[in-house]
Amino acid sequence: MNFDLSDEQVLLREAARDAFSRVRTVEAAREALEGAPLPDLWSTAQQAGWTGLLIDEQHGGAGLGAIDAMLVLAEAGRVLASVPLLGHLPATAIANSAGVAGSGTPGGGLDEGTLGKLASGELRAAYVAARPGDDVDPEWTVEPRSGRRRAPAPAVVRGDEGLATVNGSVAWVPDAVGADVLVVVGVEAGRPVAVAIGASADGVSVEPASGIYDATRPLGHVTLDDACGRLLAAGEDDLRRAWFLAHALIAAESLGAVEECLERSVAYAKERYTFGRPIGSYQAIKHALTEVLRRQENTRSLLYYAGWAYADKPDEFAAAASAARASGGAALDFAAREVIAVHGGIGATWEHDAPLFFRRAQLSRRLLGGTGDAVDRLAGELLTGSAAAA
Amino acid sequence: MDLNDTPEQAAYRTEVRAWLEQNAPHAPATRGRGDEEQAVAAHRAWQRRLAEAGYVGVTWPAEHGGQGKGPLHQVVINQEIARAGVPGILDAIGVGMLGPTIIAHGSDEQKQRYLAPMLHGDEVWCQLFSEPAAGSDLAGIQTRARKDDDGSWRISGQKVWTTNAQFASYGLLLARTDADAHKHKGLTMFIVPMDAEGVTIRPLRQISGEPEFNEVFFDDVKLEPGSEVGAVNGGWGVALTTLMFERLTIGAGSEGMGYRADRFARAIASDPVAAKDPEVRARFGELATELLALRFTGYRLLTAISRGQIPGPEAGMGKITAVNGAIAAGDLIADVLGPEALDPESEWSYLISFLPGLKSAGGTEEILRNTVGERVLGLPPEPRLDKGIPFSELRAKERQEVAS
Repeated sequence: MNFDLSDEQVLLREAARDAFSRVRTVEAAREALEGAPLPDLWSTAQQAGWTGLLIDEQHGGAGLGAIDAMLVLAEAGRVLASVPLLGHLPATAIANSAGVAGSGTPGGGLDEGTLGKLASGELRAAYVAARPGDDVDPEWTVEPRSGRRRAPAPAVVRGDEGLATVNGSVAWVPDAVGADVLVVVGVEAGRPVAVAIGASADGVSVEPASGIYDATRPLGHVTLDDACGRLLAAGEDDLRRAWFLAHALIAAESLGAVEECLERSVAYAKERYTFGRPIGSYQAIKHALTEVLRRQENTRSLLYYAGWAYADKPDEFAAAASAARASGGAALDFAAREVIAVHGGIGATWEHDAPLFFRRAQLSRRLLGGTGDAVDRLAGELLTGSAAAA
Repeated sequence: MDLNDTPEQAAYRTEVRAWLEQNAPHAPATRGRGDEEQAVAAHRAWQRRLAEAGYVGVTWPAEHGGQGKGPLHQVVINQEIARAGVPGILDAIGVGMLGPTIIAHGSDEQKQRYLAPMLHGDEVWCQLFSEPAAGSDLAGIQTRARKDDDGSWRISGQKVWTTNAQFASYGLLLARTDADAHKHKGLTMFIVPMDAEGVTIRPLRQISGEPEFNEVFFDDVKLEPGSEVGAVNGGWGVALTTLMFERLTIGAGSEGMGYRADRFARAIASDPVAAKDPEVRARFGELATELLALRFTGYRLLTAISRGQIPGPEAGMGKITAVNGAIAAGDLIADVLGPEALDPESEWSYLISFLPGLKSAGGTEEILRNTVGERVLGLPPEPRLDKGIPFSELRAKERQEVAS
């Protein structure tokens, strides 16, 4: 048994932390709320090789796994860095599993050049997600603009020569604005399929979501009106996996942010005095901060589980990633509220950094079905699994 | 990241599994009521059988009857025992915690005399640390040990929460030998024969009605010279060793507590309406998240243990997650099944009744959080009254505080 990061993974994490530390990302997160442009971290991601993290080496990528992607996202989350990997990585995972057109893969994939450009980051992809059906609702669905009723996944009609036409709308898509390629998960005759569509193709509209609560998280509403793209030979399992990969990546971002909130809370609790004592000596504060720690470490364990399952236990990946998402979302909400509470009133002011983490917590928890959906998914996976076993 | 066995562990697992398959017919029932004496005898024989096969105290050095193996071998045994559905050893406390303490601090004579019968289950041990007025604050114990002129000792006081005392041959007892020293400095560890004159054992029934623990009273009990383990007034260090092995035992056995999401899922899935109910699913998903996190935090802990690291106080957080997760599970299952879940014969009734006490066992949730806050997060300690004063003055000071 070795349930820990490898030396290479520790190096990857350190390198990511180092790369992000060179940019004043937290300040940028605040300034972006008032309209300032965000620093461009895409070139950082390209230089570090993160853009090709989940693309095989033969296609110009690094051929690494979900756990490596999570480590990078955790470091991005720690400093609220706005780097569009949440959209790019699941999209490239799908494109990679489809393989290269003409390589004998039935149904086809991207051409070698395009996949290589996605790996190098010369082209940026966004994952236009659909939620896999479950034991309660078997349909594949997408994010609605508002409310609890999920929207039907885009409709795909297969054409000639590996092309397909897509119609439908998907709201609140991370990193869609400015992406070059949209990897859209839609439904063809009841079965999920993926189509890669150029963002500038006819019939594609990406409307930037306005008034976003967390300015480091650009979201877009995607509308496809007879949009034509290339059918990717990714199977249903690959498309399920992409959905849960995105969940695991959001959880990883949350873990990094929780760590930062806890460090800041502990530091302040040691130096701030009331009634002649540092506030960290009071049980009320101490116990709340140990609760942040408990949730942080639980989330870390579940992310390791998800990373391990992605590689070695594909049947458990849905449960593992859902648990990580549920744990990470709740942990960040708790940690962000605590870092504000520990700092007192000043922690709730515009000038303070704590509200930026709070904003991250609130919006992240509502993306891609939300943490509530992840909780329900975990329950469904375990309840049906045990029903099947019984 | 790899949860698989190394080739060597895999080979060991195969060996243990084969042995258990062959010997399982000799194992007693895992949990039964009825004649306790008979049950203990059967369990004792089972431990002896395991010991003769070399599966008890595998981490003990070979010179004391162990196998000199690493803690992951113990984990393999625990996992295989759980898989086979047979009970573990009768004296897990002795073999897991008290034996290793004697190995670390005992005299050669003590090791010669006590370790082999402990390993084989011929002599079961109990841990005599906690008292009615000293649990979380263990160094506040009041049981006194007074030395006679001939070098023998006289013990007076009361211990509580003593598992297995009713059939134990010996106890490892923490007592105060110098009340004029600071509370941590005046303690000594002793070996006590449980059949000594003046020892009274009373069962302590829990919420479930089962006597899970005992109270043990010492009325001027005489101990032979040389009964102390480690130095006189050096008992606190000896106790810390025991507590360290307790964390190690709990860490290595965390999977065996039975608080697993899949187990609780089976109970809920047995009701198809509940399995599709959004509120049930939300509650179950939340607690399953916690229990899955517990399981995989356990693997991180085992990885650290396998590298020779001793679990720190943060390992105590796992107990908080386990107990609260299991409480939520018991509560949900009772909501789903209704009053039937509280039938005295139901496993859920037992679980529900057992957990409130477990919240305090091995350190209350509050004291665990204090320790983790101070030792792991580095937060400043609580102000305390007992710093730098002799234990004999502490009581008076406490009374004075109460009066003011």
